[in-house]
Parts: sequence; C-alpha cells; structure tokens
Amino acid sequence: MGLCVIVVVAFAIGRYPVPLPDLLRILWSWAGGAPHGLDATLETVVLQIRGPRVIAAVLVGAALAAAGAAYQNLFRNPLVSPDILGVSAGAAVGAILGIFLSLGVVAIQSMAFAGGLASVGMVYLVARAVRGHDPLLVLVLAGVVLGALLSACVALMKYLADPYNQLPAITYWLLGSLASTDARDMWVAAPLLLAGLLPLWLLRWRINVLSLDDEEARSLGVSAGRIRLVVIVAATLMTSAAVAVSGVIGWIGLVIPHFARLLTGPDFSRLLPVSVLLGAGFLVAVDTLARSIANIEVPLGVLTAFVGTPLFLWQLATARRGWQ
Amino acid sequence: MKLEAQSLAYGYPGRRIGSDVSFSLNAGEVLCLLGPNGSGKTTLFKTLLGLLPIQDGTVMLDDRDLQRLERDEIARLVSYVPQAHGAFFPYTVREVVLMGRTAHLGLFAAPSARDHGVALNAIRRMGIEHLADSTYTRISGGERQLTLIARALAQEARMVVMDEPTANLDFGNQVRVLERIRKLAADGIGVLLSTHDPDHAFLCADRVAMLHNGGLLACGMPDIVMTSAQLQQLYGVEVLVTEVALGQGKRRVCLPLGMHR
Repeated sequence: MGLCVIVVVAFAIGRYPVPLPDLLRILWSWAGGAPHGLDATLETVVLQIRGPRVIAAVLVGAALAAAGAAYQNLFRNPLVSPDILGVSAGAAVGAILGIFLSLGVVAIQSMAFAGGLASVGMVYLVARAVRGHDPLLVLVLAGVVLGALLSACVALMKYLADPYNQLPAITYWLLGSLASTDARDMWVAAPLLLAGLLPLWLLRWRINVLSLDDEEARSLGVSAGRIRLVVIVAATLMTSAAVAVSGVIGWIGLVIPHFARLLTGPDFSRLLPVSVLLGAGFLVAVDTLARSIANIEVPLGVLTAFVGTPLFLWQLATARRGWQ
Repeated sequence: MKLEAQSLAYGYPGRRIGSDVSFSLNAGEVLCLLGPNGSGKTTLFKTLLGLLPIQDGTVMLDDRDLQRLERDEIARLVSYVPQAHGAFFPYTVREVVLMGRTAHLGLFAAPSARDHGVALNAIRRMGIEHLADSTYTRISGGERQLTLIARALAQEARMVVMDEPTANLDFGNQVRVLERIRKLAADGIGVLLSTHDPDHAFLCADRVAMLHNGGLLACGMPDIVMTSAQLQQLYGVEVLVTEVALGQGKRRVCLPLGMHR
C-alpha cells in the first residue's frame, strides 16, 4: 500500500509532473486501450524515462534489501551488508575496466555483473580451500581481504584513467545513479533480480535455522553448507544485477533489514517480504529526491548515505530490540 | 530403537581425543556420561550425532550406519540439546521450538498448523507455556535450557543427546531439569546426557559411562560402577560414596573429601 503511494508520488514529481489520472490514462492506452489524448511528451516521460527509472528503483531497492536480510541471517550478524563478500568491489572493478577500455554501456553493465559474480566466486573458493577453521569466519575474512584488493585495483584504474573523459564517468558510476536506466536494462535485470528472490523465499524456513550455530542447524536436519551456497548464489545474482544497473548504492542492504526486523521480528518468512517492500519504497523515495531537490542530479550513493546515516544512528540509539 | 557405538574413535580432524569407546543406549533409558574437563564428552556427542567425522569404528542408529544417513534422517532419529546459549536474533520461544520441526519439513516448506501444534505440545511438556511468546534472548539460563529441550522434543526423535543440561542452572532448576529427563525416559525416549555432578547420575541415570584419558573407564549401573575408588580415579580427588536413609529407602550420595581432613 505504502509502496503504491510512493510510486504514484514519484511519477507526479519532476520536471514534467504526471498526476495520477494522466498516469492511468497513459498506462491504459499502452496496455492496448483507448488513446489517451494527452501530450506526446508526457507519454515519453512515463513510458521511456520515468517509468523504467521508477521500476528500476523498486527492483534494485527490493533486491538489495532482500540480499541484506538474507546475509544478516546467514552470517548471524546484523551489521552485515550484501557487500560483505566483495560483490560491489568486484562489480566496480568490472565496470571501471569497461569504462577504462572505452566500451559501450551494455558491455560496461555486463562487465559489472560478471565482476560481481567473479569476486564472490573467488571468495567462496578461497574459503573452501582453507580448512580447519570456522567456515563462516573464513568466508568473511576472505571477502574483506579480497574486497580490499579490488578497491586497490579501483584506485589504480582511477589513477591511470584519462582525467577528462574517463575519470568523471568512473566517479559517476561509483556514486550510483538510476538516471541512465532505460526500458531495455529492465528487461535484462528484472528476471535476474526475481530469479535471486525466488530461492530466498522458497528456503525461508531453512534460512531461519541457519541463523543458529552451524552444528546446531545441522543437528536440526539442515545441510548448512549446501543451503548457504544457494543463498550466497541467489544474493550475489541479485546484488550483481542491481549494481550493474544502478552503480554502487550502499546503505539499503544494511539499514532496511534492520527496520524490517523491528517491524516483524526475526522470522525470515515475514522479514523477507517486509524488507523487499521497505527497500523498494525507500529507494524510490530517495531516487525521487535525488532528481528533484536540486537542478543537478544528486548521486544516489551520496543521498542514501545522507538519509540512511541519521536513520541508522537514530535506530541504534533508540531501539535494541532488533538484535542483541 | 537403539543408539550404539562400536569401538568408536573420535576427535577433531588431525587430533584424536578418544578411541575404542563402545556402549549402547536403548529407548526409554537414561545414560549419564561422566568425565573430567577436557575428557572429550562434547566431542564424543558431536561424533555420535554425525557433526564430526567418525575416525574409526561405527555408530549405529536404529541398526543403520550413521555415515550412510542424510542429515535430516539423522535429525529424525536423534536430537541434540546443546548447552544453553545466546541467540543471534531475538526469536520467540515458540519460534525456537518450531525450528525443531525442520527435519520433518520439505525443503521449501514453512511450518504448518500441525507443526505449530507439535511445538506447542512440546512447550507444554516442559511446563513453559507462559514463556511461549517471550523473547528467547531475554529469558533466564534455566528457561533457555527448557526451551532447547522442548525443541528437541518437537523434533520427535526417539533419542536425545544432551550436553550438560544442568550447567549454569541453580539448584532448584537442576533438580527440575533432571525430573523432566526422567519423565522423558518414562515416555520411551532414550536420553544420553553429560554432567559434572556425579550425584546427578545417582538421581536420574539407569546406567553410567565414565570417560577418562580417551577411553571408557567403566560403564554400568550407577550403584555398581560409581564407587569411591572409581570416582577417585576419574576425577583425581578423594571421594566418598555413602548411603543416606531417605524415608523407607536409601540413596547414594557422593562427598568430596580431602579438604577437611
């Protein structure tokens, strides 16, 4: 319900405001109904520009929040974000390499997606190779170390990049934005995002049990290692697809599951849908702010941090129910 | 239904802790494992549950080889009550107990109304209905222990392995937990538990196994096996096992000596 209101408001706000009746008429004619008889510019705004952008915000926000919620359960730590295994750093390296080599938009997005998958894959293989320690701890350590290495690669490429053409593009990408999203992006990204969401929903009860000790979860009949792999693959697929579309957007995966947990308690079967709705609503709202509060676009990664940090601190100070 | 270890060797990968351990536990029986700190009680339990790889020998569950069973099959045959601990997220007692149903659920399923019923029944059997909607992270150690036992009951396995169920409990709660354990055995469940207090073995055990220096020192009925000499060897302090009159009968108790001689 709240999400619908936010989406309608998001359509209404902007250089070409689209009030609800006009929006419905345009959508109706697009779906094959009677011609809307409105300005053609308005139709372009709805179908080509603002529509894909709002849908992208819904999907990216939902994906990041869902991946964050799953990871917080998986790693038994409420301070974990979907980045913990290096997915954003890997995607950044992929995308920046694409920009560095002056590739096209589609190629850059594909490289970001592949980079995210590759870095998490590497972290997982490294963690598998190291035996005799707590598997979760090794996984996190490998993720942090590899993430640091990839950040160094990003820094190196920024240093070497052409400061007039490439560097601004790199910086812009790293700050995250939905401004250049078009309908075609969504046809590619949406199935990937939904494909990641599905296993998380199906395995919701096992993911609950995984938040216990590994040995305890196994004594309850859960093949902890296998379920963990599936969750990591699903979350990585979603996060990589999201980052490829929008660039690096922090905070959502960390903060939104917290708020959701305050509303629903820790049971993942309720936590997941609520996280998805809150994440989608939050990103649509922030993205609407990003394109309307100033004459220029405010980068999303910057704005989510500006909005997210005070929210997070406020929550940290007032509520301790979500985690102990 | 029977849990049987045959010349079992156990330990962590690369480090053997005990070997040549053989015993069996029948449904409806309480077997109490005694042993000093570091004698490997928890390691032995984890090996029996298939959580650690068997180093040598076999474990048979219901006449089936443990190593050939899937995780959920093991979980339907034997449940585990770890030492009471904190949880990472504030689940309610009801949700924690419901997790015991996992081995009976399909991979993609969430607990059904029937599972909720089984969980509630387990909560009632432990006498903690009033806590059902409390937060697990906010109840006392004794209440958590009862919750974990309820979770094991919800698992509906015929064998329960309990790792020091009385650790960290006050005197009254220790007795209460031991009474519940006796009741479980009366209901036909086989209970294997470890404890640091030999008197607990006198109170609730049908048989006692003593783990010492990586092997079984003795295994048998408490009144026969738990002599002053045996306990002295097990713990390395002077111990007197004596009888006190109690109404019509007598009961054995264990007194540490040495301090006031």
